[in-house]
Amino acid sequence: MQKLLLLGDEAIAQAAIDAGLSGIYAYPGTPSTEITQYVISSKEAKEKGIVATWTANEKTSAEAALGMSYAGKRAMTCMKHVGLNVAADAFINSSITGANGGIIFVVADDPSMHSSQNEQDSRFYGKFAMIPILEPTDQQEAYDMVHYGFDLSERFQVPVMMRITTRLAHSRAGVQRKSSRKPNELKLPENLKQFILLPAIARKQYKVLLENQVHFEQEAENSTYNTYTPGNDKSMGIIACGLAHNYLMENYPERDIPYPVVKVSQYPAPEEMIRKLYDECESILVLEEGYPLVEELLKGLLNKGKKIKGRLDGSIPRDGELNPAIVGKALGFDIPELTPIPSLVSNRPPSLCKGCSHIDSYNGLNEALEKYGKGRVFADIGCYTLGALAPYDAINTCVDMGASITMAKGAADAGLKPSVAVIGDSTFTHSGITGLLDAVNDKSSITVFILDNATTGMTGGQPSSALGKIEDICRGLGVEEEHIRIIKPLSKKHEENLAVIREELEYDGVSVIIPRRECIQTLNKRMREKFKAKAQEEKS
Amino acid sequence: MKKDIILAGVGGQGILSIAAIIGHAAVETGLYLKQAEVHGMSQRGGDVQSNLRLSDKPIASDLIPHGKADMILSVEPMESLRYLPFLSPEGWVVTNTKPYINIPDYPNEEDLMAEIGKLPHHVALDAESIAAELGTIKAANIVMLGAASPFLDLEYEKIKNAIVFFFGRKGQDLVDLNLKALEAGREFAQKNMN
Ligand SMILES: Cc1ncc(C[n+]2csc(CCOP(=O)(O)OP(=O)(O)O)c2C)c(N)n1
Repeated sequence: MQKLLLLGDEAIAQAAIDAGLSGIYAYPGTPSTEITQYVISSKEAKEKGIVATWTANEKTSAEAALGMSYAGKRAMTCMKHVGLNVAADAFINSSITGANGGIIFVVADDPSMHSSQNEQDSRFYGKFAMIPILEPTDQQEAYDMVHYGFDLSERFQVPVMMRITTRLAHSRAGVQRKSSRKPNELKLPENLKQFILLPAIARKQYKVLLENQVHFEQEAENSTYNTYTPGNDKSMGIIACGLAHNYLMENYPERDIPYPVVKVSQYPAPEEMIRKLYDECESILVLEEGYPLVEELLKGLLNKGKKIKGRLDGSIPRDGELNPAIVGKALGFDIPELTPIPSLVSNRPPSLCKGCSHIDSYNGLNEALEKYGKGRVFADIGCYTLGALAPYDAINTCVDMGASITMAKGAADAGLKPSVAVIGDSTFTHSGITGLLDAVNDKSSITVFILDNATTGMTGGQPSSALGKIEDICRGLGVEEEHIRIIKPLSKKHEENLAVIREELEYDGVSVIIPRRECIQTLNKRMREKFKAKAQEEKS
Repeated sequence: MKKDIILAGVGGQGILSIAAIIGHAAVETGLYLKQAEVHGMSQRGGDVQSNLRLSDKPIASDLIPHGKADMILSVEPMESLRYLPFLSPEGWVVTNTKPYINIPDYPNEEDLMAEIGKLPHHVALDAESIAAELGTIKAANIVMLGAASPFLDLEYEKIKNAIVFFFGRKGQDLVDLNLKALEAGREFAQKNMN
């Protein structure tokens, strides 16, 4: 078969289709979005009847995937690293229930925070859940590991985590496909109590997981993805995890690495291989993308053994993603003097698109708040977070999805009045609803802006679960009808909107303002497609 | 053979389509390829780049090492300078001269051009004007690709085939237009290598 040129994300998606997947569930999040996007757009997946869908949030995705596994079929759920925080309850507990059909949690980390609030390392979650973790080095390995991961999951009846990072997720390379296999038939778990985590059962299930640890270690030891490569120079041994292995190789164009190297792409870390390396070498250099997980394991609390170099001793910067130069320096290579960036080059941060409805919403809100002073807008995550930048300077917080409404409530409870929340439509159904219920139940005095641009904008315009439902949801939660206000964010309606906002800021209770106008990107896309379809029609 | 290329521009300017065409030509040539892209937040009008690596040997890193890029191909003049730490001393900068101004502190244009003029190996062209003469500024990115083509170490035929492959679905007129744009960029570069 010919090689396909695929992003790391796409390689995982194609592999899942080929490996007998029955369902993939996800909430979008950079850099994981393209996995599910690919399956949703794949004709092949459609023909095979694979369920591929965006869900309200990562927790609902993970649970749907677990349900599919319960029914004996192969399931995948994908998320960005912070998405796993949302799905953590399902994730950790699924390691206790175990799996029936193969299930893979694909988690995409974003070291250097290209599009994220933090750079948490999901391998710690995998370790916490005590399940096998796969960390592919390149696109081909990402492809191959999906088949392997499903097998591993079914063999040990345990969920498997696949951890990738931005550079693999969003980098393209040639990928060789395998022949495709059939999905599983519907088949309930042999023990129909396996998934009931009542204490008495959970204790038993937990012991099963604990007993499996030695098998997981053995699997990692024998895995073809973990390798030991001998080297003559024993002054240093190198452990290179996942993507870091590429940067190591890049520093030796002839691949003539003088030191012994252990490549780690499957966890628990292969203890025997690492022990051999440790015993024969004078010092160890640990190269890993993310937090110093393997480095900490080796070092221990007292650090009484040999010298361990890595992120903790400063051989590698403590934060940020790796690159060939950082790794080269840690290997002791001279990094040549670089041409500096000329001083006249200015920063070019991302910004709201021309014609974006959020601009008009912020213009209204800013003016209405002038008389109260700054510092009272609790915002959330989405394109509208760019309202933090000049010229809007309109918001004061962005923490985690849904935190706008609940933080505004807390601040209102503390006496801040008015206290304003700004949340996008997709973020609202992701995790804003429960917070709004809290505010309604406590009659907290907050004004909530639900910016309804009818899409999940920031991640590229996936459908929003909130579409057409926002007022009904608010009503259902108990927001008073007369304090659910819909406005059209357009500059020509500025004065009219301003009056509405001013009124609601004065209201002593929960009010919801819904500025509603379609995202300019999805609108343009829709228009282009309409235009194309029309041109097509005229031709035929 | 090894070519490490940094494609630079502003989110929305379509640098990934240039990368896709070069990538197609490289794969047709039988080369290995890795191409790191920027998705997500920066695509909203921020600075974006793509690391495109071609080689006749397997490629390890998705990222081009500092000081090793053979070319910076930029569709925006200020962005062509942002990645200079990655350029090798022998490397070429091929840049569009038409500024994309969406920030308040965009540098003075004369200073900017002077800075580009100081680079030891560069080609600077107004791709929009060249494309406009051919009929549409939409072909500006292909003009830029044409200007880069003499430095790519790929057979020109293969690049032309890739254009046919990408625009074929959209009709012969667009194919011809883009082939002309490619040629115009190439000619400019061959006459104006500095
Ligand atoms: C837990 C979590 N999941 C996913 C993301 C990625 N993410 C950031 S913003 C966003 C979309 C927000 O859409 P919406 O609220 O409709 O606002 P818009 O971007 O359309 O303005 C997503 C999916 C995240 N940061 N955190």
